[in-house]
Amino acid sequence: MSDRALLEGSEAVARAALAAGCRFFAGYPMTPFTELLEHMAALLPEVDGVCMNAESELEAVGMAWGAATTGHLAATGSTGQGLSLMQESLSEITNARLPLVVFNMARGQGDYFQATRGGGHGDYRHIVLAPMDVPEAVELTRLAFELANQWRTPVMVLGDYYLAHTYQAVSAPSISGPAPEVPDWALNGSSGGSGSAKVISPLGSGVEGEEGFDMGAHYAACAAHIQEMSAGVEPLVDIGFCDDADLVVAAYGSVGKFVRYACLRLRDAGHRVGYVRPITLWPFPSEKVQEAVSGSARVAVYEQNMGQMVDDVRLATLGAVPVEFIGGPSWDHSGFGIGPDITVPDISKRILKAMP
Amino acid sequence: MSADQIYISTDKPPAEPAALVDDFAPSLITQANHHLCPGCGEPIAIRAAVEAIEELALADRAIAVFGIGCYTAFAPNLDVEVVQALHGRAPSVATGIKRMLPDGFVMTVQGDGDMVNEGLQEVLHAAARGENITCLLLNNGVFGETGGQMTTTTTLGQRTKTSIEGRDPHQHGHPILLSDLIATLDGAAYVARCAVNNAGNVARTKRYITRAYESQMAGGGFSLVEILTMCPTGWFVDTLEGPDYLQDTLAPVHNIGELKTP
Repeated sequence: MSDRALLEGSEAVARAALAAGCRFFAGYPMTPFTELLEHMAALLPEVDGVCMNAESELEAVGMAWGAATTGHLAATGSTGQGLSLMQESLSEITNARLPLVVFNMARGQGDYFQATRGGGHGDYRHIVLAPMDVPEAVELTRLAFELANQWRTPVMVLGDYYLAHTYQAVSAPSISGPAPEVPDWALNGSSGGSGSAKVISPLGSGVEGEEGFDMGAHYAACAAHIQEMSAGVEPLVDIGFCDDADLVVAAYGSVGKFVRYACLRLRDAGHRVGYVRPITLWPFPSEKVQEAVSGSARVAVYEQNMGQMVDDVRLATLGAVPVEFIGGPSWDHSGFGIGPDITVPDISKRILKAMP
Repeated sequence: MSADQIYISTDKPPAEPAALVDDFAPSLITQANHHLCPGCGEPIAIRAAVEAIEELALADRAIAVFGIGCYTAFAPNLDVEVVQALHGRAPSVATGIKRMLPDGFVMTVQGDGDMVNEGLQEVLHAAARGENITCLLLNNGVFGETGGQMTTTTTLGQRTKTSIEGRDPHQHGHPILLSDLIATLDGAAYVARCAVNNAGNVARTKRYITRAYESQMAGGGFSLVEILTMCPTGWFVDTLEGPDYLQDTLAPVHNIGELKTP
């Protein structure tokens, strides 16, 4: 049940979250994330959900953590700076094995490492999905809740100013869809007094007859779980024109959409250029990237930063093809990573310069 | 204790087996052995907290959110559902739980380092929102788990590892009296401070905790019970001197009594 509508990215994402069963959201205003919080505040009461305008990002992620323990789908979000504040909790939520969706409306692409390396203390990773535009964000939001619930882990949807603020025609998801059933592991107090009350903890659980947490065993189980996710989550990637490409350009997110269009135009002009756009940034689609670039003479990576995903592309290709960085930090005075650097002529010029 | 009560005959087997800690532990503590120091006040406070849950028949709807401190050792050993939170962050986690389970009973257990140092903002906002949860503050005036450093509730003149010559207001600032602060907020329904350094105060602690729980179940809003606890190890005093040290050092500043009632 959906209708075609012109929606701001933030509203489309909020509607997709509710359609996926999200019933709790907490956030703290920060550009360009703010509108997502506003739409959640307007929409969640319609489905008997809860939206909290938290006192800080620290509390927003804490509230979402608490809501997640009740087995209802919960989400939070911010931009990179706010995400920095949340990292301590995000690390512990991962080890507590709780589903949570985190919407990161980033400023430019400087937070790729923060998003894909776990970002906080400790030995963990979580799933990261990077849509290029509003329709894809609607689909990946649905997938994010599905993966969070399936793997009991935080899943990040990594967007940006363009995604949050661009109006685009999308199939608007109906927000009144049913929420998934509350899982068995969730807390509601009822196991108290049974002799084995549930505990949800990043430190593990108790061992009968012993005092304290079983941290060693728990951390080993967490490590095994991350290995399972790494192998079990289907890597997603958008690939085009790579079969006979002399140069393959890699990019992600909104910027990836500009790069894709630049490649299309260069193809029209007779240049043998292809593109790869990783959609799951963790797990990184290494095998698919490797395969896509195997016939090319060179790979160029365009990012709006000093070069971060380029590391993952180099790891994926393992030296088989030379990998060159052709991006750079945003020239935008506002700090939000909106043009003027991201234009098809500028990107095309950089691509042509990198042609072998 | 009279001499014949502690007389142990070695001529014949004892008439009854020795009482173990499990024999007198409340039923909602599944593992009563603990590795907290002799003379610690926190097990007494935890005992009062779970006994009140049992007596008010809240065990099948209670969720306790634990912060990080020595008391965290009890988190996996209770027969009450527990969420382990970060240092300072229990009130926001409890908020998320309570908002999704408004009919449940939700409490936090935190120390003074956790609640008043690292997590002051969280508890203030939870109280100001009138969040219908109960926060228990185990206040011993030092960081117990890390070995006796100054917290913000350390009293003036109190010696700690980071205020060697005693807390000096010019260098270390003044203590925060959390219950007094919370009691000024409109969202707080019940605020009380008590201690576990003698039998009368333990009974008072149980009474105050019970009133706080009742306030939450009546939908009253935010409730806080601050419990002054002994930490002879962190205070660098003999185990048996703990109760008197509490009385002489903490209690004159952090005054015992009910500060706000519904």
